Amino acid sequence: MTHVMKLSRRFFLTASAVAGGGLSLGWTAPASAADTAGAELGIWAVIHPDDTVVVRIARSEMGQGTLTGLAQLVADELDADWRFVKAEYVAPEVNLANKRAWGDMSTGGSRGIRASVEYVRKGGAAGRAMLIQAAAAKWAVPATECSTGMSVVTHKPTGRTLRYGEIAAEAAKLPVPDDIKVKTPAEWKLIGRGVKRLDTVDKLNGKLTYAIDVQLPDMLNAAIAQSPVFGGKLKSFDAAKIKSMPGVRFVVPVDDNAVAVVADKWYQAKTALAALPVVWDEGKNGNVDSAQIAAFLKEGLDAKEAALAQEHGDVTAALAGAAKKVESVYGTPFLHHATLEPMNCTAKFADGKVEVWVSSQNGDASLAAAAEAGGVKLADVKVHKHHLGGGFGRRGQQDYVKQAVLIAKQVPGRPIKLIWTREEDMTHGFYRPITQAKMSAGLDAQGNVTALHARLSGQSILAYLMPQRMENGVDMIAFQGWTKEEFGYMAIPNLRIDHAVRNTHVPVGFWRGVNTNQNSIYMECFIDEVAHAAGKDPLEFRRTLMAKNPKHLAVLNAVAERAGWGTPLPKGVYRGIAQNAGFGSYVAAVAEVSVSPKGELTIHRIVAGTDCGYVVNPDQVAAQVEGSFVFGLSALLTSEITIEKGRAVETNFDSYQVMRLASMPKVETVLVPSGGFWGGVGEPTIAVAPPAVLNAIFAATGKRIRTLPLTHHDLSHA
Amino acid sequence: MAMLKLSINGQSREVDVDPETPLLWVLREWLGMTGTKYGCGVAQCGACTVHVDGVATRSCSLPVGSVDASKITTIEGLSPDGMSHPIQVAWLQHEVPQCGYCQSGQIMASAALLAAKPNPTDADIADMVTNICRCGTYQRIKAAIHTAAELTIPAGGKA
Ligand code: FES
Ligand code: FES
Repeated sequence: MTHVMKLSRRFFLTASAVAGGGLSLGWTAPASAADTAGAELGIWAVIHPDDTVVVRIARSEMGQGTLTGLAQLVADELDADWRFVKAEYVAPEVNLANKRAWGDMSTGGSRGIRASVEYVRKGGAAGRAMLIQAAAAKWAVPATECSTGMSVVTHKPTGRTLRYGEIAAEAAKLPVPDDIKVKTPAEWKLIGRGVKRLDTVDKLNGKLTYAIDVQLPDMLNAAIAQSPVFGGKLKSFDAAKIKSMPGVRFVVPVDDNAVAVVADKWYQAKTALAALPVVWDEGKNGNVDSAQIAAFLKEGLDAKEAALAQEHGDVTAALAGAAKKVESVYGTPFLHHATLEPMNCTAKFADGKVEVWVSSQNGDASLAAAAEAGGVKLADVKVHKHHLGGGFGRRGQQDYVKQAVLIAKQVPGRPIKLIWTREEDMTHGFYRPITQAKMSAGLDAQGNVTALHARLSGQSILAYLMPQRMENGVDMIAFQGWTKEEFGYMAIPNLRIDHAVRNTHVPVGFWRGVNTNQNSIYMECFIDEVAHAAGKDPLEFRRTLMAKNPKHLAVLNAVAERAGWGTPLPKGVYRGIAQNAGFGSYVAAVAEVSVSPKGELTIHRIVAGTDCGYVVNPDQVAAQVEGSFVFGLSALLTSEITIEKGRAVETNFDSYQVMRLASMPKVETVLVPSGGFWGGVGEPTIAVAPPAVLNAIFAATGKRIRTLPLTHHDLSHA
Repeated sequence: MAMLKLSINGQSREVDVDPETPLLWVLREWLGMTGTKYGCGVAQCGACTVHVDGVATRSCSLPVGSVDASKITTIEGLSPDGMSHPIQVAWLQHEVPQCGYCQSGQIMASAALLAAKPNPTDADIADMVTNICRCGTYQRIKAAIHTAAELTIPAGGKA
């Protein structure tokens, strides 16, 4: 950056202090909340005369702590006193108008921190340099004689000091330095420390305004019904039948596949919609069911044609010549994100301009979707970003934003709040793709692995969402955890990993942890099977396969040590272990479980390890690891989306069961940051949750579970 | 439609609404109190939990006409300053919330538990706090409830 970008303050959703000292980061009228007293030091930080430091955040906060983490990165380089630090979102239209100065707004793939870390730190460091220069000028001393700490510049020889708030206005007039060095890890003061999150208080008293809570003057509310069969179309509806119901104002088609009722209150809209006669054109998929999909995938397990992830040696020959061969088929179902805040968006269309209020994982994409749906220029859209009531990958898609704008366009001049019922949300997801895997391994007479073939068959996310990113028919995302960079068993002499792409009509998308989830179950359970076939301890066996992967091995060893692998356990309790790499981090887990003779599973303890390179906030990493196990164990224990008559069978949390507190094991987080890189933390550990538990279940019962969820299996044992 | 008189957070509120309307939507849409959340509408997730005469109740499945003689407390009225109930204090200390969307319900369920059982065991917590958290904050909820219990019980006292 070569010049100061002065931006009108009113474009920002400014963080404002609320009674009780909390931080209000929801929608407040930007004009009234704007605080013109702040001085902009570059584009990332604003410092106020009272020393308040407002750090600007381009990514989205959905619970993962990114808001706090990014603020820590900037504040550390700035040498700011954390007590004065607040955060505010950058509005997408401001980012757009400034040639995306704040970079990518997309928040997914555990990228919140790791993909922004360099430029936000440089932003903080530039601000610090400007403060030093301003203070040095005021004292007429060389800048090299000045140091900073706790939001104060000190002139070392004389001990004179200036608070940041006192010189920020002067500093802001200086050019933003171009070439700036960031701190070395040894100089960090906030990075690596468990500072408190910036956004907790308002989550304790109902004050935080999620998008679903937006209330605007003249607002109407909309409920929507989309074609129950994926890909189906709206044929007709009989609005006259519900026109006289309480509160109903309009009944409008939305795109070519949905109909919405607009009413005074959302509850009225939803009630009327339930009574609306609608005829759907189901298209050609109205008879598809889960059994057909399973058969379709099964065929792919032995198909000749498959996209290759990686290959070395000669797997076919090695398997043919093996002293012992192990082969198993695994499978996992479609899964829904089930964010607790259902999809919703408020939109206003007036005078050829569009305004939306939204919880989105990608502010830029929301802006583009609103512009497209509204038929207006990008420059004519405003996006009010709200904290997300869960994202997990679902809110990277913008279908609900488009719909809100399409409805608002038919009711111009008034804000329309569209809320999906839970049923609509559950049955119109971008589901975790369904896959199966055929795993084959060869052992020599000593029990060493000579060959491994992992054949995936199933749906490709890229083929569905962004086919332009497929490379020669290969969806590399399908191989997460199994690429050359990520796979932990590269020492296996003959290796082949491939994928028979089998796409269904069911929409698929990025589900927290994405394909590391399924792949890790297949690989880590299978490696356990192979270890058993070789007559070796599963930990020892893995170690021998990890000779070329020291980082993987180090995490595996760390959890084994913490869990006391090999030491006695209470009667009836058994251990299982798993490891994986993904999203730039190395992870492993040990699970301790017991299974009663009748088959009741209890997960007592999980030891979860992660090497995410550098840790920004240890307590927040622990929170993510704990939460990731709930996500992964839900998938293991109870959750699945099945298909009948072309549509999702599960419609709410009664049929789509997720984990509750009663099943929560004790999760101990082991951080083994090896430094030198920034790995993700929101997603990687999910992948080791199910296989660690499944391997422990085998130890306890002798039963190998190869399809999920566990509700389909009888774990009873003698 | 009918004119109903409700007692919410110690205040008397009048609403003109169909008595069959669930309390959740009366709170959110008729009274503009959005701290109580919608998650499922079928009494499964607990995001909509409020206290009805001190008992944790899922307001999405409760016709407003059935509670016009009851005392209703919502998250907005749990403590006068919005942060001093022992559950809120403990929640902040343990940094329980992730996205926070379930937390109004978790807090109301936990506060009712604590009122009924000042020193709950893990089993009590598992029985009475059955709300869904998709972010997976259960471990911290458990720990924070125990902390809140310690804050509530006078030193040395046992419930
Ligand atoms: S919204 Fe009431 S229990 Fe889910
Ligand atoms: S904190 Fe996000 S659902 Fe509980």
